[in-house]
Amino acid sequence: MSALRYREAIRAGMSEEMERDDRVFVIGEEVGHYQGAYKVTEGMLEKFGAKRVVDTPITESGFTGIAIGAAMVGLRPIVEYMTWNFSAVAFDQILNNAAKVRQMSGGQLNVPLVLRAPNGSARQVGSQHSHSMEHFYTHIPGLKCVAPATPADAKGLIKTAIRDDDPVLYFESETLYSIKGEVPDDPEITVPFGVARVAREGAGVTIIAWSRMVHVALEAAEKLAAEGIEAEVIDLRSLRPLDEEAIIKSVKKTHRAVVAYEGFPYGGVGAEIVDRIQRLAFDDLDAPVLRVTTRDVPMPYNAKLEQLVIPQAAGIIDAVKQVSYRS
Amino acid sequence: MTAETTDTDETKLSLYRKCFQIRRFEEEAARAYAQGKIGGFLHLYIGQEAIAVGAQEALQKEDYAITTYRDHGLALARGMTARAAMAELFGKVTGCSKGLGGSMHFFDVEHNMLGGYGIIGGHLPLAAGTAYASKYREEKRVTIAFFGEGSCSIGDFHEAMSLSALWKLPIVFVCENNEYSMGTPMVRTMSVEDVSQKAIGYGMDRDRFFCESPMQVRDRLKVAIDRARETSAPTLVEIRTYRFRGHSMSDPGKYRSSDELEERKRKDPVTKLRIDLESAGKLSELERLEKEVEEEIQDAIKFADESPEPGPELLEATTYKGAFAR
Repeated sequence: MSALRYREAIRAGMSEEMERDDRVFVIGEEVGHYQGAYKVTEGMLEKFGAKRVVDTPITESGFTGIAIGAAMVGLRPIVEYMTWNFSAVAFDQILNNAAKVRQMSGGQLNVPLVLRAPNGSARQVGSQHSHSMEHFYTHIPGLKCVAPATPADAKGLIKTAIRDDDPVLYFESETLYSIKGEVPDDPEITVPFGVARVAREGAGVTIIAWSRMVHVALEAAEKLAAEGIEAEVIDLRSLRPLDEEAIIKSVKKTHRAVVAYEGFPYGGVGAEIVDRIQRLAFDDLDAPVLRVTTRDVPMPYNAKLEQLVIPQAAGIIDAVKQVSYRS
Repeated sequence: MTAETTDTDETKLSLYRKCFQIRRFEEEAARAYAQGKIGGFLHLYIGQEAIAVGAQEALQKEDYAITTYRDHGLALARGMTARAAMAELFGKVTGCSKGLGGSMHFFDVEHNMLGGYGIIGGHLPLAAGTAYASKYREEKRVTIAFFGEGSCSIGDFHEAMSLSALWKLPIVFVCENNEYSMGTPMVRTMSVEDVSQKAIGYGMDRDRFFCESPMQVRDRLKVAIDRARETSAPTLVEIRTYRFRGHSMSDPGKYRSSDELEERKRKDPVTKLRIDLESAGKLSELERLEKEVEEEIQDAIKFADESPEPGPELLEATTYKGAFAR
């Protein structure tokens, strides 16, 4: 094991896979000479050369399409967007090509592609740079979506994503890049898709989260423990496929659930989770399932208002008390 | 530039046969559509056949080809059987895309026909991507990408052109300018009539001509294809053509006059080639090959009619290659 930062863990995972498979390359804006807008690809140009660490002009739709086309004929590209927000201009490529080529070719072609970038809120970057794009992409059959919360999972999931034969969308967080954690050194250790992690055990209530919000949920759980409520925190890690079993197992134990995530409240991954809980654990529930989300407005710039709009530990605590019928 | 005079009658007969096969396929597809055997959209290639046929003659088997939803002609030219093509239109599991793609999504990986795509311009970055892969692997393989002049206004066309020129990708962009972006004539969609000029801003080679015959298309495209293969330089080629049917089967074509249509039909490369061959004393050969094509198309319709439909077990299996993600 080594203590790595989240960004270093992603880099370690990509580098190992690039050493293992020369079909793998990284392509995106500022990934090479600039060393990565968030330094995730730092040093990779020097190590792998310009053929495999490819700087692009600002052409998200163009280079996403190029990566899809290259994947269709056998390469395994990793596309880095500067942030997931900018994938919106490549949405047609992701929706209509990456997710559709396999089916519309009758299974003749597939797209082994990784799309990755920081996602969700950062710090006062305003409405256009604060989107939680996983809610758009998990809707689409043909895509897989993962969102690691820890350095170990960041490495294990990027390796699984690169080895996968389908398009995988990998959601990072700018606010997690510097966190440190123990990461396996063995290049054959990967984290499978569709398997959630119990980040904290507890019998009183289930809090379901992913990415940055796992850490916020753990902070809430510590405060709740001081008030006598033991929360179980489920870190989904993988959003599509979703580890339905892990969610239901926990809810059957705790009988209460709160889903805490960044993203607007209308629809989205949280609503999907609530649907599955009410269908699969209806008789086990002692309270309606609640969601703690980003407020239903574009992200404001003002620091105080931004914090009001982003879901916080206090909101999770309130929701937990509500489902626990505690004031 | 034109090498028509050096072609033997046998070569011309062979190219005529390919054009005639596409035309008869499309005419019978239109009939089947009217009979309700084909659903959804149906965009016919009638009038433009010489382009796909000529291009195929200039390509090698391992080269990648990709096009829009008006894709039957290119698929047949590349080597897809009429059976697999007609069965796809009929939504049958024996179709090239197992009846899951339909008219707009003909794929035949064995013949390096990498598909027909339904979003205008959206396939052009993919085409650049296949060329990117060829260059990455240091193969002498060329990608040819077809699109209409209606694609030249959308961003993906420009991004694909820009990146292909920047990275010197082995690709030939072929604009089949049939003068109408659905129902809108090009004077109302483009600020310049000469589409090939769009190459200049990207520092890309270009060519431009009116389609006269499959031999001419072959010879002109061969220059660009050879350049891509030998020097990995992209080219934009504009070929002026004309479609004799509507944009799709639901289009009555009220935006153009019958005089204009009749005038253009007189310039039909397929009819002209037949007249040339007939003048050269090849009537019996023409009649023989036309009879063969008739039989091939009738066989394809019978095959499509009698083929089974795809079952629901295909749905999830063709959505993900790996485990289904739910």
